[in-house]
Amino acid sequence: MIELSDVAYSYGGAQLFTNLTLALTPGSFQFLTGPSGAGKTTLLKLCYGDLRATAGRVSLFGQDAATMSRDDVAMARRRIGVVHQDCQFLDHLPVAENIALPLQVSQRAAEADGNLDELMAWVGLSGQAQQRPPELSGGERQRAALARAVITSPDVIIADEPTGNVDWEMSQRLLTLLVELNRMGKTVLIATHDMNLIRAAKSQVSAHVLRLKDGRLQAGVAL
Amino acid sequence: MNARGTPGLRRALALLVGDPSADRAVPPTGFTARLTVFTAGAMAFLAVFAIAFSLATGRLADRWSSELARTATLRISAPADQADAQVGRALTVLEQTPGVATARALDDDEERALLEPWFGPDLPLDTLPIPQLIEITETAEGYDATGLRARLQAEVPGAVLDDHTRWRVPLVAAAERLRTLGWVALLLIGAATAAMITLAAQSALSANAQVIRVMRLVGARDTYIAGAFVRRFTLRSGLGAAIGTALGLVAVAALPDGSDASGFLTGLGFRGAGWLVPLLIPPLAAVTAFFATRAAALRTLRSQA
Repeated sequence: MIELSDVAYSYGGAQLFTNLTLALTPGSFQFLTGPSGAGKTTLLKLCYGDLRATAGRVSLFGQDAATMSRDDVAMARRRIGVVHQDCQFLDHLPVAENIALPLQVSQRAAEADGNLDELMAWVGLSGQAQQRPPELSGGERQRAALARAVITSPDVIIADEPTGNVDWEMSQRLLTLLVELNRMGKTVLIATHDMNLIRAAKSQVSAHVLRLKDGRLQAGVAL
Repeated sequence: MNARGTPGLRRALALLVGDPSADRAVPPTGFTARLTVFTAGAMAFLAVFAIAFSLATGRLADRWSSELARTATLRISAPADQADAQVGRALTVLEQTPGVATARALDDDEERALLEPWFGPDLPLDTLPIPQLIEITETAEGYDATGLRARLQAEVPGAVLDDHTRWRVPLVAAAERLRTLGWVALLLIGAATAAMITLAAQSALSANAQVIRVMRLVGARDTYIAGAFVRRFTLRSGLGAAIGTALGLVAVAALPDGSDASGFLTGLGFRGAGWLVPLLIPPLAAVTAFFATRAAALRTLRSQA
């Protein structure tokens, strides 16, 4: 689905990582850990076409990201649900419209009629549908971001520190949602510092842990 | 409308109408909205006057061209005791000249009316050495001016033929140049409108960088994002231009009536179907805004990629 082969990325003259290889296979559940500044967010951005590798090959659903047009990248994004650490909403729109935005931009707004209420109930936000994002708590914002990421039923879900701003109880609820999505066949990649979250996930699902450190990606990290 | 034309028309309309839901993705921008409506309105107001000016000068050129092209004036300056005889001979010569449709000597009242703007009424023509004037109308084929002048010189020594060419040509040329200037002004107004709307659109795009980022994150294509801005600016420009055009038409209608006796400035207005021409301004302003905003949006989105 998404493959990075011998990828390098440099920023401002500094090499963030080199010869990095990663494959997001269908139905896999992977965690990406590593110290702050190691390049986790950059790696995720390469995975959803927000950045272009300075060397190596990034393949998004069989297409070489280096040769993809902006429209091609947009089409690939519709198959990838992204949960940002800072959520990134349109603050002037109600939560329900923010969650339905991916359907809106892909001209599938009609699908929101039945699915939106169900999805909002699933993430526990039925009562907040008409609120604006700034009116939500941190946990509610994360759940809304997750709902927006999955409303188009994407093949891949990429989450950057999805539990970074929430308490343990809320992070468990979010994890449960992600595990449930993985059981539905979705590929999940989560960047996190939270080892307890990883442990909790491994008790529920077969999750691989990757560690990004000193520009290298290590697999099979012991917790 | 044929079967192939319908989807094409639908696509064109869809392009102009855009996606109303895309418009919602962009937060309301009060200042740029007001700026766009005002700019389009002001430019449409000026455009109404530019059109009125062009049409008026066009009418003037046509009138001068058609009315003066087929007429000539014969001026006879002769001593009082020979005047009537020379007029009689001149009329005879003119009647015999091929290409002359009519030849008529102006009476005292007509000559007095011609001089009234300069000397006032009750001008004592009898006591002044005013030349006798003969109005000549040509046939469609026209007459041989050189031949007629030679014959008049021989038979009517005091006659001078003025076929209006000397002053008609530069007058018509001036009127046509003024008309061209009016259309150039109209083009400049359109270009200025496009430039101002482009600046307003770029300002709106820069102010909404976060919106663009979010829309890209969820898979929006550039054309969709651009559409959100294009639709808004197109509608605003159309609205502003409609208001400006309406005000411009009211202002033109309020100008002094342009009767035949009036001068050029009082004739600045619309006649008959000419009143319909300014109605093209709002749709043209909207189309201008559509393409200006679309170009600005796509350029900005490319640079932000």
